[in-house]
Amino acid sequence: MAEEGRVAPAKLVRGPGLLLVWLYGVMSVGAVSRSVYQIATDFDGAPLAHVLSAVAGVVYVFITYTFVRGGETARKAALVCCGAELAGVLIVGTWTLADPSAFPDATVWSDYGMGYVFIPVLLPVTGILWLRRSRRNGAAAGSATGSGSATG
Amino acid sequence: MLVALTVAVSVTALVLAAWCGHAAYRDQPTKDWHFIGMAVVTVLTLAQLAVAIVLLARGERPAQGSVIFVSYLLGALLAVPAAGFLSLGERTRWGSVTVSAGAVVLAVLEVRLHDIWGG
Repeated sequence: MAEEGRVAPAKLVRGPGLLLVWLYGVMSVGAVSRSVYQIATDFDGAPLAHVLSAVAGVVYVFITYTFVRGGETARKAALVCCGAELAGVLIVGTWTLADPSAFPDATVWSDYGMGYVFIPVLLPVTGILWLRRSRRNGAAAGSATGSGSATG
Repeated sequence: MLVALTVAVSVTALVLAAWCGHAAYRDQPTKDWHFIGMAVVTVLTLAQLAVAIVLLARGERPAQGSVIFVSYLLGALLAVPAAGFLSLGERTRWGSVTVSAGAVVLAVLEVRLHDIWGG
């Protein structure tokens, strides 16, 4: 890859990062295709739920992209987005439980992501942990041997 | 036929998940045998797609809509190969974990496919 001879940027897709990218990719495809279908067929039925699905989809796509891109800026952007994602899951999850009538149709983040085996609430937490660890590992000259200390 | 294939894909996917999970537990990357296993699962999902297309062409309709049904079929077809492709670039246990997760995703998709077809 073109790294322009500078300090090796934090490579985020290695070790546990690969699993995270895979799950974020799956969630991106799931959330985006779900919201495209919902908005195309039945937007007026549950506008709030469908807009939130679309927002979730955009967040997932962006995080997937930052992971793949790598580097310090992308790492920070991904950290911010994982925080936003976690906040989104918690707010929407609480909201769907407190006021189900606002959501005639489910979103990706309904009930803290129960329909998706709680992956939506687990992903941002593990993502943040991984991104924080990557900074420390990245400081150690981007060594590619992530398996030794990587225990999830 | 469709139900039989759905069950077959689910079972083989879970076996693949356990197998790759075991490889990860033993700190091994995915190897040739795992890729043969992924190929078997993928051939089964291809067969499922073909059978589903024949059923749709005959005029049978899934309870929750053809668009959703076909989307899930395509997702099911791509899940394991995509994870396998990723694991080629990660020659550690985490490649195995990713394929294992991909196979679990496939099993979940199969359950959803069954619901979408039957209502």
